[in-house]
Amino acid sequence: MKVAYWPGCVSRGFTPELHGSMAKVAPLLEIELIELDRAACCGAGVIAEHNQELADTLNARTFALAQQTDGELMMNICSTCQGAQSECQQRLDANTEYRDEINANLSDEGLRYEKGLTNKNFLWLLVEEIGLDALKQKVKRPLSNLRVGPFYGCYIVRPTTRLGIDEAHPRDQYLHWVIEALGGTVIDYAGVYKCCGFPIITMNKEASLAQTGRHLGDALDAQADCLVVPCPLCHLNLDLQQPGAAKVVGRELGMPVLHLPQLVGLALGLSPKDLGMSKHIVRPTSVIDWSSSVVAGAAA
Amino acid sequence: MSQFTLRIRRYDPRSGDGAYWDEHRVDMPETQSVLDAILKIKDDADGSIGIRCSCQQAICGSCGVRINGKPGLACNTHLDEAAQRRHVTSPSDPEEGRGESVIDVEPMGNMPVIRDLIVDMDGVHWKKIQRVTPWLINKEPVPEREYIVPHENMVDVTQSMACIQCGACVSDCLSMEIDPLFIGPAALAKAYRFVGDPRDAQPRERLTDLSEDQHGIYDCTHCFNCIEACPKGVDPMSQIMRLRRIAGSDYDIEDRNNGYRHEHAFVKNIRKNGLLHESDLLADSYGGKFHPRAVPELIGSLPVGVTAFTRGKMTPKTALLHPHKAPKEVKQMFDKIEGRQRRNELNLYVSGFEDAPDEGAGKEPAGREPGRPGTAQDGSSTADAAAGSERA
Repeated sequence: MKVAYWPGCVSRGFTPELHGSMAKVAPLLEIELIELDRAACCGAGVIAEHNQELADTLNARTFALAQQTDGELMMNICSTCQGAQSECQQRLDANTEYRDEINANLSDEGLRYEKGLTNKNFLWLLVEEIGLDALKQKVKRPLSNLRVGPFYGCYIVRPTTRLGIDEAHPRDQYLHWVIEALGGTVIDYAGVYKCCGFPIITMNKEASLAQTGRHLGDALDAQADCLVVPCPLCHLNLDLQQPGAAKVVGRELGMPVLHLPQLVGLALGLSPKDLGMSKHIVRPTSVIDWSSSVVAGAAA
Repeated sequence: MSQFTLRIRRYDPRSGDGAYWDEHRVDMPETQSVLDAILKIKDDADGSIGIRCSCQQAICGSCGVRINGKPGLACNTHLDEAAQRRHVTSPSDPEEGRGESVIDVEPMGNMPVIRDLIVDMDGVHWKKIQRVTPWLINKEPVPEREYIVPHENMVDVTQSMACIQCGACVSDCLSMEIDPLFIGPAALAKAYRFVGDPRDAQPRERLTDLSEDQHGIYDCTHCFNCIEACPKGVDPMSQIMRLRRIAGSDYDIEDRNNGYRHEHAFVKNIRKNGLLHESDLLADSYGGKFHPRAVPELIGSLPVGVTAFTRGKMTPKTALLHPHKAPKEVKQMFDKIEGRQRRNELNLYVSGFEDAPDEGAGKEPAGREPGRPGTAQDGSSTADAAAGSERA
């Protein structure tokens, strides 16, 4: 399938391995990515907090650019983008007069957002468009014996009504399902739906790192081999800031944190190096004994 | 009639024993409430179960508890809805567990347990409410007759006035879980109720106080748990974001916690680059690379930075020179919107949704929030002129 692809900022900034691994994984899943390279930052909630019209216009512009492509829908790889864009889209779709005013801001560029865009995070697309059965069939190297803790973060699971989470679309379960479809073992621990603390890192660093450290420690106690996240901002706190978080909570952590496309890529046969895992602060290759887990699965 | 198993968390701190689960089965219509079931168990089996309740109509806010992991009122949660509420379904079988009718009832979080399902609201929740000066400070001189207040302003603050002080949002606040001193969602929603009220004489003082407190408006992590928890649709987090917007944009209150600087640095960063340049944002959030406040922070971040370099997460080039530049249309868009005399906002609580016309509470002009102080009207905004000028 062809999608209008919004990688976000951080996947091309401090977590380049996320954008890189998505580009490697997409062809294996027969996803054609049409990158929205003229689109700008979603505002990450911060611009909306500063000026709602500005955030809504920035995202309406991204949506309009997506609608100009021949993609079936728009796909993002960042929960924060998903949450911030869903918030703006909810306002844009709710009120014609307001939408017209926002579109007027785009008229100089000849752009216009038409109500009703479908914008899905890669996680949702995997389950709802590709399907778990099709995904299972593509697995070349089941993640046997790999104990994976899902870390959803906030923006992709709350608020449930805005994000379309209901009985028919239990999107707050999808990470669990994908881990299992790839052959891994889901680890339940206290932090599954909690906040990584990143949004307050410049305001209250101690509290921010205490949140991250606690979740990593809980996953460690539950004997997870690694965590998987659909959000690069969570990754910044959970991985890049992990040494600092370890100091704040006063314990050794050493918990590898994988981006969702990396976990998928591993099972589809790509190597940790292909997937940019050597760029992580806590290198998954040095912590997980791949010879007895993933690689053993490949031999089977 | 259906059968439900209620597992009630029991705890008496005076007993010296730990908490334990107490299991009871009830046969009741599935549309009866969790509170109905608990009161029946108290009547029929064990009168010693501790729960606070009064009106049984979701008005008094007494019976806040956690039901199958989610906070809410026991009196307005149906038994069938509670039983279907899942912690996590089995990944292999999403339907598994749906047929079971086990309902776990626990005391709310973030507050000490007095006994069983009763938590110490005085020690946490009410103290925080008192912290935000929860009353109107009259403007002087007080008018001879009633205050005349624009309709939109009052509809706007009715959202936070809908709070029944049940504590459900406090129970699940993830910031408070780590930082018990955080003022928290209920109290900050209450603070907005007065900051957003044009009759109040001291919105600037209130906002300065809440910005300067290290555990104030900039201590919220945007986790949305309070929005999910609230049984009355108060959306506490949205009220906190309004407080930040008014503090940062209308009053230019520069706090000591980098909230204001971070927000303004972020906006400047995107205007310039289109995409976020993280290295610049980090420095600018502390006032700029060479600011005395930034220097210790940047030195503190050095080990992280060095590892990021050695891992190839960034290169000196990408750290110093951002590869992206915002298209000129984006810059113009920023300048045009930031230059408006009055912010153009849509408040869905007031306007409702076109596709669901009954949900709207407000009238024309639909859903526009009170704008920034000033008197000039921008042509594209329909915000009520009187709303902003009240505070000018």
